[in-house]
Amino acid sequence: MNPKIKKIKEFWKDFSSNKVAVVSLIVFMLILFVAVFAPLVSPTDPYDLNTVSIMNSRLAPFSEDFSGNYFLLGTDGAGRDMVSAIFYGLRVSLGVGVLSGIFALIIGSFFGISAAFFGGKYESVVMRIVDIQLSFPSILVALIILAAFGKGVEKTIIALILVQWAYYARTARSSALVELNKEYVDAARCLAFSNTRIMFKHILPNCMAPLIVVGTLQTAHAISLEATLSFLGLGLPITEPSLGLLIGNGFEYMYSGDYWISIFPGVALLITVASINLVGDHLRDMFNPRLH
Amino acid sequence: MTPFIFTRLAQSVLVLFIMSLLVFGGVNLVGDPVEMLINPEADQAEVERVIRELGLDRPVTEQYWYFLVNAFKGDLGDSFIFGEPALKLIIQRMPATLELALFSLFISLIIAIPLGIYAGYKPESKTSKIIMGGSILGFSMPTFWVGIIFIMIFAVHFGWLPSTGRGEIGTFLGINSSLFTLNGLSHVFLPALNLALFKISSVIRLTRAGTREIILQDYITFARSKGLSEKRIVLVHILKNILIPIVTVVGLEFGSLIAFSTVTETVFAWPGMGKLIIDSIYNLDRPVIVAYLMIIVTFFVFLNLIVDILYTFLDPRVRIKGDSQ
Repeated sequence: MNPKIKKIKEFWKDFSSNKVAVVSLIVFMLILFVAVFAPLVSPTDPYDLNTVSIMNSRLAPFSEDFSGNYFLLGTDGAGRDMVSAIFYGLRVSLGVGVLSGIFALIIGSFFGISAAFFGGKYESVVMRIVDIQLSFPSILVALIILAAFGKGVEKTIIALILVQWAYYARTARSSALVELNKEYVDAARCLAFSNTRIMFKHILPNCMAPLIVVGTLQTAHAISLEATLSFLGLGLPITEPSLGLLIGNGFEYMYSGDYWISIFPGVALLITVASINLVGDHLRDMFNPRLH
Repeated sequence: MTPFIFTRLAQSVLVLFIMSLLVFGGVNLVGDPVEMLINPEADQAEVERVIRELGLDRPVTEQYWYFLVNAFKGDLGDSFIFGEPALKLIIQRMPATLELALFSLFISLIIAIPLGIYAGYKPESKTSKIIMGGSILGFSMPTFWVGIIFIMIFAVHFGWLPSTGRGEIGTFLGINSSLFTLNGLSHVFLPALNLALFKISSVIRLTRAGTREIILQDYITFARSKGLSEKRIVLVHILKNILIPIVTVVGLEFGSLIAFSTVTETVFAWPGMGKLIIDSIYNLDRPVIVAYLMIIVTFFVFLNLIVDILYTFLDPRVRIKGDSQ
């Protein structure tokens, strides 16, 4: 059998030993599907002004309007169908979270692996910056960026990258330090491969497991942080209605008892973040040699 | 030892300097506060007078220099909105934030430590699994959304607890705080519980890990063989030994409670400095934004400096590494 397929099979056998993690993975896949294909699976387009009618504003869940449109989760203050708004919101939230996670992964592993590889002054400066940054809570780092430079899609993504990269850098460095002592690195050096090639073709693939664990947990954190910032009105602009903004929009109606406008986007956010966290938690246990 | 402290001190000052550049530079690139402050019907002369008064007509470098010089004198500028010194505004609101953070720290410890000990003491039991599952859920729940749910259930639906403001303020030993009146306590309860949620999850995990380690130690086996009751072992031997690391970590993370209180204060309209900064960002009140960020960054930088120095006393390895640098 192809060793790669065998490896994947072994991995799956290990992974599926935890039923909660498997269910979480399936749930997350469903959410991802809904987010990617939001325009196709949503009952209506919540941002098409021709179909949204202010007459339908704040309808309760399970209600119908006069033309027989059914609203499973009710409508918001502008008469948008909540189901569709949540699907589109998931798209924005996941998009921002995953995009910032990928950038942070690239930047963080670049600095982490190169710090381990070159050592010396360069390493101590990079790791000192990482330490200093990690001593600030994530929300404070994001707050500094967004308070100083204003809100917006790019600024939110930059803030989320800044919050996350240090975690990746630290993880990448510590696993790269272990890899550097292995024989294949010596072999690659004897063959006079370039430093770049050794770092990113040889060492990086072997550091991926812990980076993926950090990646899942950090992405969940980034999605949650983005929602918080958008709720506070500091993150995404109203043209990019993420789940956090939907919850914020519903907040003003809550005192009049219209609970669904805030609650359901929050439930969607909670399920998303919790499913990623549960998968990440199990992956961490799997890759942790101390538990075997 | 001394060179280590000296390098760290120099680094702290460097961090503060970079932050001041970043914050001041960033804030001065965003928006136009003049537009928000001046009556739209004001004529050109009036607009120019206000710009001159606020010092906004000078080059940014000159404004930054004045800002630095004044900051050293303890003057971080006057709020555009309130017309009062930004520093004074922040200090006025600081007690509200501190009492919220302290109370929520208290709540998180009394809830999380017993649960964590139980989960570590009986790791295989159903209750422990529920506790640990709950702690993952606690990590995943967005704080602001839980706050909204709290308001909905306890304030709107049942009407048991108030959901906005700080309530009556009592005085005890010369300290003014809403923790000293019943009405004040009823106001602080929901926001504090909300802010504590995240901390509860992390303290449960910390306590559980500590308990599981301690339970394997020889002195626990010895205590058992002496015939001590399980109650005494848990309450004296285990609790005392996990308390030291937990109090250290939680104490160090007190700063993060203050940072996260911006969210809780906004949800519950708590009149602390967190709400002040969010309001100031909306109103583009530059001096308050800059002052808040600089104060909180300074607070964190010095907190970390103190921790670093304390560690050199506690852990000789840090000391040796620092000397060889």
